[in-house]
Amino acid sequence: MEEKCVDKKVKDETKEILKNYPKEKDKLIAILNDIQERFGYIPKQAQEEVSEYLSIPMAQIYGVITFYSRFTLSPKGKYNISICLGTACFVKGSQNLLDRAKERLQIEPGQVTPDGKFSIDDVRCVGACGLAPVFMVNDEVYGNATVKEFDEVIDKYMKE
Amino acid sequence: MVNLKIDGKEISVEEGTTILEAARQNGIDIPTLCFLKDINEVGDCRMCIVEVEGRRGFATSCIQKVEEGMNVSTTSNAVIEARKTVLDLILSNHHRDCLTCNRNGNCELQAIAEKLHVDNVQFEGEKTQKPIDDKSPSIVRDANKCILCRRCVSTCKKVQEIGAIDCVNRGFESCISTSYDSSLNDVNCTFCGQCIEACPTAALREKENIQDVWRKIRDKEAYVVVQTAPAVRVALGEEFGMPIGTNVTGKMVTALKRIGFDKVFDTNTGADLTIMEEANEFIERLKNNGVLPMITSCSPGWVRFAEQNFPENMEHLSSCKSPHQMFGAIIKSYFAEKYNVPKEKICTVSVMPCVAKKYECTRPEMEVDGIRDVDYVITTRELAKMIKQANINFVDLEDTNFDQPMGEASGAGAIFGTTGGVMEAAVRTAVDTLEGKSIDKVEYKEVRGEKGIKEAVLNVAGKEIKIAVASGLANARKIMEQIKEGKSPYHFIEIMACPGGCVMGGGQPIKNSKTRATVDVAQLRKNAIYTIDEKSTIRKSHENPVMKQLYEEFLEKPGSHIAHKYLHVSK
Amino acid sequence: MKTIEDIEKIRKAKREELDLRINTSADTREKHILVCRGTGCTSSKSPKIIENFRRIIEEKNIKNVRVIQTGCFGLCAKGPIVIIRPEETFYAHVKPEDCEEIIQSHICEGKKVERLLCKDIDGSVVDKLDDLTFYKKQKRIALKNCGVIDPEDIDEYIAFDGYKALEKVLTQMTPDEVIDVVSKSGLRGRGGAGFPTGKKWSFAKMEEGKEKYIICNADEGDPGAFMDRSILEGDPNCVIEAMAIAGYAIGANQGYIYVRAEYPIAVQRLKIAIKQAREYGLLGENIFGTGFKFDVDIRLGAGAFVCGEETALLESVEGKRGQPRVKPPYPASKGLFAKPTVINNVETLANITKIILNGAEWYASIGTEKSKGTKVFALGGNVNNVGLVEVPMGTTLREIVYDIGGGIPNGREFKAAQTGGPSGGCIPVQHLDTPIDYESLSSIGSMMGSGGLIVMDDSKCMVDIARFYLDFTVSESCGKCTPCRIGTKRMLEILTRMCEGKAEQDDIYKLETLANNIKNASVCGLGQTAPNPVLSTLKYFKEEYEEHVSDKKCRAGHCKELCDIKIDPQKCKGCGLCKRNCPVNAISGEVKNPHVIDQSKCIKCGTCVDKCPFKAISK
Repeated sequence: MEEKCVDKKVKDETKEILKNYPKEKDKLIAILNDIQERFGYIPKQAQEEVSEYLSIPMAQIYGVITFYSRFTLSPKGKYNISICLGTACFVKGSQNLLDRAKERLQIEPGQVTPDGKFSIDDVRCVGACGLAPVFMVNDEVYGNATVKEFDEVIDKYMKE
Repeated sequence: MVNLKIDGKEISVEEGTTILEAARQNGIDIPTLCFLKDINEVGDCRMCIVEVEGRRGFATSCIQKVEEGMNVSTTSNAVIEARKTVLDLILSNHHRDCLTCNRNGNCELQAIAEKLHVDNVQFEGEKTQKPIDDKSPSIVRDANKCILCRRCVSTCKKVQEIGAIDCVNRGFESCISTSYDSSLNDVNCTFCGQCIEACPTAALREKENIQDVWRKIRDKEAYVVVQTAPAVRVALGEEFGMPIGTNVTGKMVTALKRIGFDKVFDTNTGADLTIMEEANEFIERLKNNGVLPMITSCSPGWVRFAEQNFPENMEHLSSCKSPHQMFGAIIKSYFAEKYNVPKEKICTVSVMPCVAKKYECTRPEMEVDGIRDVDYVITTRELAKMIKQANINFVDLEDTNFDQPMGEASGAGAIFGTTGGVMEAAVRTAVDTLEGKSIDKVEYKEVRGEKGIKEAVLNVAGKEIKIAVASGLANARKIMEQIKEGKSPYHFIEIMACPGGCVMGGGQPIKNSKTRATVDVAQLRKNAIYTIDEKSTIRKSHENPVMKQLYEEFLEKPGSHIAHKYLHVSK
Repeated sequence: MKTIEDIEKIRKAKREELDLRINTSADTREKHILVCRGTGCTSSKSPKIIENFRRIIEEKNIKNVRVIQTGCFGLCAKGPIVIIRPEETFYAHVKPEDCEEIIQSHICEGKKVERLLCKDIDGSVVDKLDDLTFYKKQKRIALKNCGVIDPEDIDEYIAFDGYKALEKVLTQMTPDEVIDVVSKSGLRGRGGAGFPTGKKWSFAKMEEGKEKYIICNADEGDPGAFMDRSILEGDPNCVIEAMAIAGYAIGANQGYIYVRAEYPIAVQRLKIAIKQAREYGLLGENIFGTGFKFDVDIRLGAGAFVCGEETALLESVEGKRGQPRVKPPYPASKGLFAKPTVINNVETLANITKIILNGAEWYASIGTEKSKGTKVFALGGNVNNVGLVEVPMGTTLREIVYDIGGGIPNGREFKAAQTGGPSGGCIPVQHLDTPIDYESLSSIGSMMGSGGLIVMDDSKCMVDIARFYLDFTVSESCGKCTPCRIGTKRMLEILTRMCEGKAEQDDIYKLETLANNIKNASVCGLGQTAPNPVLSTLKYFKEEYEEHVSDKKCRAGHCKELCDIKIDPQKCKGCGLCKRNCPVNAISGEVKNPHVIDQSKCIKCGTCVDKCPFKAISK
């Protein structure tokens, strides 16, 4: 029952988003961006709505979603840790941060911890090259980061 | 005309020709993999790259048009090295179990590996490992053999306008898949099997029933009856090296008997039966203000498409089962009784040009009193494999006739194998019925031919009847959208899922890209079918003596209660 | 809708008001506190700084002081940056809690806050922005307005000659004359390949058809490059105006800006700029009453590097997977929705208005023979002055790295500079004096690229750098064509083997074979240039490859499997600093006794090496 309510909510809210767009196939990515923004991922029910609205087959929509790294098929963790692997950060050792994150949380980039609390993303350039190496927890930016500092931040969120 | 040089040879070709076509027209055989004329011209695989003098980078010969004064090399050192590397890379991510592969001997990748004389794979590395999808009764999808040419995707999306499969993920992880990587069984796939025909390797193939059929044949208790669809006989020979469009009916029957089937019947007879029922149903609808237009229901890919996309318009479909299902039901009832064979011992096998028929025979309504109409469907390709397994030298076989008592079929039944055929056969019978006499006109050429949607107006018994014929699901969609909007001008419509009809079905011998680009396979097979019709002494279904006998002895009359029980889906 | 006269009125009034922004001797009692709201400074809390300034000013009821958010000043390493005009005082690393002091001391008491003043490379305190060595060799054309105007106020843009070029073009020039000026200026595409912009426009102009498109390529995917983002964040109108000019030149009425969704600030500023331009009638029907119609829409990318490739971008704008098309046909004849389309990069467009206003000759006088004008670089990596620099073409790499960039930090040596991102190559020390232009860079195996310039010191392993770029390419390859899809993966596998000490003797040969064939056989620019980082490092640092393969050694001490971190017991004083900082507790030892590293636990992060005050730990 609860699941059905969620389904309906997703469908209704997707319909709201679709109202802002004409039925033109080239609007697909813009619509998916809105859905991603709205739900934090792109639920299957939302895809079904879009498929019907734009007359685009489900497989094609799935193909588009899996092509663009911004789109995800499942929600991210409560704390999404983005580690910048842009060149500027990489040459300043951000790989060590990523390795540490994987070790601490026992998940790979793109995955969520079983309790849903953390997820890791390896991102390409968050635009804070002056602060390299950089990682983010949700929208909070941590610059000039060392493994030690990274650990402290993770510890802080683990306690929450 | 455009003048250019390919491999030192001065040639002159029409403007707008691609380098690939120009080369082929002049005996230069550039290898291709992803190229499928008019369907998939994307330049993905990079096999057809050539060097054009003065150009940076290689040209993609399947796309690049010829230009005046071009100097093309298809065999320069750089091109050969790059092409070999590309092939090496494809092979490095391909499950190379060629000897035990479904497409052994008929694989475009295998052929290119031989042509380029690959003696080892240099760049081995991680290979794609994906589960094989064999959940559907019709199609097996094996991503581990996929080379990402996307010929299937273009066929599904552009030709059939279904889009059940598409390219998903990106980079090395790219694969051809469905929404959420579901089984084809669980998505909007219609099982038309056109993707199989497009696939250069065995990444898409039919779900084989060869072993099931052998088991039944070897089972002494089982009485195994086989029937063969109209389109099988004009294509089967191709699997034995015979020219496209050779009619091998006699050899086929001989082979089936040699394989060990107890009876060999002709689905053309079943087609005649379908016409008896379908023509009657149409006339009834016409007379009684029934739902019109009425649409044929012989093509299970089409029926599945209609159910998935136009569930609210299903009453337009004829309630008739398809010919082989009808015939299966008759074999297990009328024939069983007449020849005193216990119906539960009968195993009916249909040889079909189609993979959707494999699914059709499993549909719940395809049975009478718990007895399945058809037990197994095998494709033309599977039959060819069985003939080879049985050590039969097919080409040299003598001819044999189909078995009696139901061995007689009309020319109308024969043309079921091509687009427009069902309509023409139905019209032959309907016109006679409506006019109340035998009309001389037999051939209705207006419903023959290449066009995706053909239409005609017939004047019958003072009435104007508008008919249409569509083949390919993209055209089916157009017809259905019209109906949905209430704007369909027609009374009677024939729809077949595969472009060109059953002769080009998903179970037919697979033609490689080069053959498809240079030979009109559909036309050759169709010609053979129309020749069978022309040479038939009986050309109208209702004039087939088997029909007369069948109705007298068993079915009473078309549309009767008993006919509905055995031959229709709505009982 | 505003007439030419209306706009001129705004321009005049506003220009007077904003004189102090560019004139240090402006005679005014006003002060403008400019706070950088570029992405870098924004992530280190510059919005809070602005908020604090405004609150304090209000609380103290101070008049004649305005707080203005601007785009990037360039010297990101010093961020968050606050500049006070007209005196041009440069405060670095400002924290929200410093606002009170700045207002009190600088504004109220007229005393500069010494401790926050920016220090130059030599440690000297710099009073004015222009005195910084970082700015001395720069020439700002594309970045002219960045850090000067409020990007969210079109009036400020208009004040500094904004929309004057569009006015000139629409009222005084024919489309052919516009193309002629752009052609004669020598401007070439700043997205990487350097195709002459005027030529591109003329191809599209020659095409028949009413429907044509202008696309601004703002899909800046090169990791470590942020030139385009900074322009959009700091001066969005200059791009919009240039698109309208391009539209007039080729006969297009619709423009699209394809911008990464990961650039939220840039997207927001663009939205505001488009809205304001529409309100003024600078976009829309009958612009300046000339009958010319042009509008711009934003299309968001969704995280695919390949969409920076122009045909992939077109696919993406059409709502599809960003898979490149085989060329020809080129976009100029068959582009968006199969219509003639010009696709220009942000920085390219940012030069247009200046060329129109100052003339082709002026622009062509800057730069080298074949590469005219300036180029913006995002300078990053192991260099002191990380940031955004704009220099005339022909400036040498040495000037950028040492004069502008302030050299290599931590007393390390320069090893290589990487230009062109994943499509470019590594330039070794012997080519430091190469003038930067399209031809010179490609002749030494790199490329201009979009403008990422990453400096690497001698602690970097070039095999690992090549592996890093290939890793990027592999995860960003669209998967359409075989060489890129499988070939780059195989290259990455080989490079990974090398870095892990598992390579075999013929792996270098295999790598080279693959690299050359992928370069030749791939469909698009991404695949064709993907091997460049490998080819250039093979060219200049082959001995490092050989060491990795034959000796299983990494001279830079970077590849973990090929090195151990060791503590020299002679030098170790047993202070315990390494032990305390080790994130995995791999170091043990008693106080005042030499410590040891448990190699089975060590993750080779190098923290201990950096922390050891006695240089006792080395790789």
